[in-house]
Amino acid sequence: MIEAKRLSKHYGRTVAVDDLSFTVNPGRVTGFLGPNGAGKSTTMRMILGLDRPNGGDVLIDGQHYAGLKHPLRKVGALLDAKWVHPNRSARAHLRWLAKSNRLPVSRVDEVLEMVGLTAVAGKRAGGFSLGMSQRLGVAGALLGDPEILLFDEPVNGLDPEGILWIRQLMHRLADDGRTVFVSSHLLSEMAQTAQDLIVIGRGKLIAATTTEQFIHDATEDRVRVRSPQASRLRELLAGQALVADDAVDGALVVHGLAASVVGEVAAENGIVLHELSPQRGSLEEAFMQLTKESVDYHAHD
Amino acid sequence: MTLLAVERIKLFSTRSPWWCAALALVITVGITALIAANTSTEFPLTVGVTQAFYTFGMYVVLVMAALAITTEYRFSTIRATFLAVPNRISALLAKTVVVSLLAGVIGELVAFGSWGISKLIKPDVNIAINTAQEWRNVAGVGAVFFVGAIFAIAIGTLLRHTAGAVALLLVWALVVESLVGIIPKIGDDIQRWMPFVNGNRFLTAGTEPFPGEPVINYPFGAWGSLGYFAAISVGLLIVAFVVAKRRDA
Repeated sequence: MIEAKRLSKHYGRTVAVDDLSFTVNPGRVTGFLGPNGAGKSTTMRMILGLDRPNGGDVLIDGQHYAGLKHPLRKVGALLDAKWVHPNRSARAHLRWLAKSNRLPVSRVDEVLEMVGLTAVAGKRAGGFSLGMSQRLGVAGALLGDPEILLFDEPVNGLDPEGILWIRQLMHRLADDGRTVFVSSHLLSEMAQTAQDLIVIGRGKLIAATTTEQFIHDATEDRVRVRSPQASRLRELLAGQALVADDAVDGALVVHGLAASVVGEVAAENGIVLHELSPQRGSLEEAFMQLTKESVDYHAHD
Repeated sequence: MTLLAVERIKLFSTRSPWWCAALALVITVGITALIAANTSTEFPLTVGVTQAFYTFGMYVVLVMAALAITTEYRFSTIRATFLAVPNRISALLAKTVVVSLLAGVIGELVAFGSWGISKLIKPDVNIAINTAQEWRNVAGVGAVFFVGAIFAIAIGTLLRHTAGAVALLLVWALVVESLVGIIPKIGDDIQRWMPFVNGNRFLTAGTEPFPGEPVINYPFGAWGSLGYFAAISVGLLIVAFVVAKRRDA
């Protein structure tokens, strides 16, 4: 379990993380969601003791990261796949990591096998593609067979094959009963992998809930209706729902009523319908809506 | 011990220490060979002369030691290190010990290599190492490299950037310490407290000064000078460690 309590971090006058409290529950995949620059990486670095919070505290199973005896056996982290010396071989990189936490050298070959880098283990890591670097980073995170795993934007910049591999990995880790905390700026990505969500914007907590609940709350159902008697239908629906006009073709857009209810109202009153279509709000739209106020740099139209 | 093994794996799994060691040896031994071959009755070969160019190798070793830490910052492997070993002081201390020991070994190779090549080139000249002062002059080079490496690691840890650390080290050791003496009135008083000048003093105390070499009134004896050089370097290292512990990695 990871517990953050009133965590704050600022760089000069820029506030990166602002009074952030949340809990990452054991045995689940928790998505850490927010626009770029929301403070996700900073928070992860504070969890891992790399950055010092200006206020608040973050504990891993009741302990500071720095207090863990063999931290790699408890927490595996992949914050940046490029944290490798380019002239060191993949095996040498993992060998010193293993040694530092008194893990057997045989474990190095095991994790290399797991991520499929055995064939290039002796090659210098600087020559690796992003996908291969990512695999090496995952190997490093899995080295100590940790129960808690942290990944920062693991699919960023990967090709479709790499993205699929990372997704499957997350599911596999969760199936093992491990705690996985993974950040992303893409809700659609999180919707496929995370059971719980922690959403932040400008360093502040926006939501902490299950993914299902978040999507349900954030996406509102609408119904598009076209009818030659549109104004009559509008009057009938006005008491029960919010009705707007589609600026393009003059269709009615009904908020807050199911399509079946709209159809029944029309039938009872003998109104002809040319179209009755439920519109599902998209995840990205919902996410944009929620974090709209908290994006650092807006593009100007 | 585990951490020393970790740093040993790190150091020797890249090529730069090998290149630096080879370069330090080739430059120093090569120049000493040229000098030894051209000694004469007016400029006789002595034990002191065989060791006069140790600084060439030392500058290379200073760069190697600074690189050992600045490349960790350059490639963010310092973060990977602090994730694996959250006790930053232990991790950095282990690195300092391993790198400084390597520097010391290179220093001994440079010293005895320079002496050996001189002996080969001029087998008839007696440059046997007999007195305690001669032993200090030759075997002491390793100690000066060892302390110099501590100094370089401290600078590298503080500055974190390779270019900045290397420039500062070389300008300091090559230019500042030797030119500070030309400041009128106070120059000599400042120079005698300079760390690398004192390191050099440890090696050369008791030998004939070379023609044109300034005579400095040192505050300590030979071993005191080494102790002073070491105290400055360790002091700087402590400051660097405290800074590294406090700041964000």
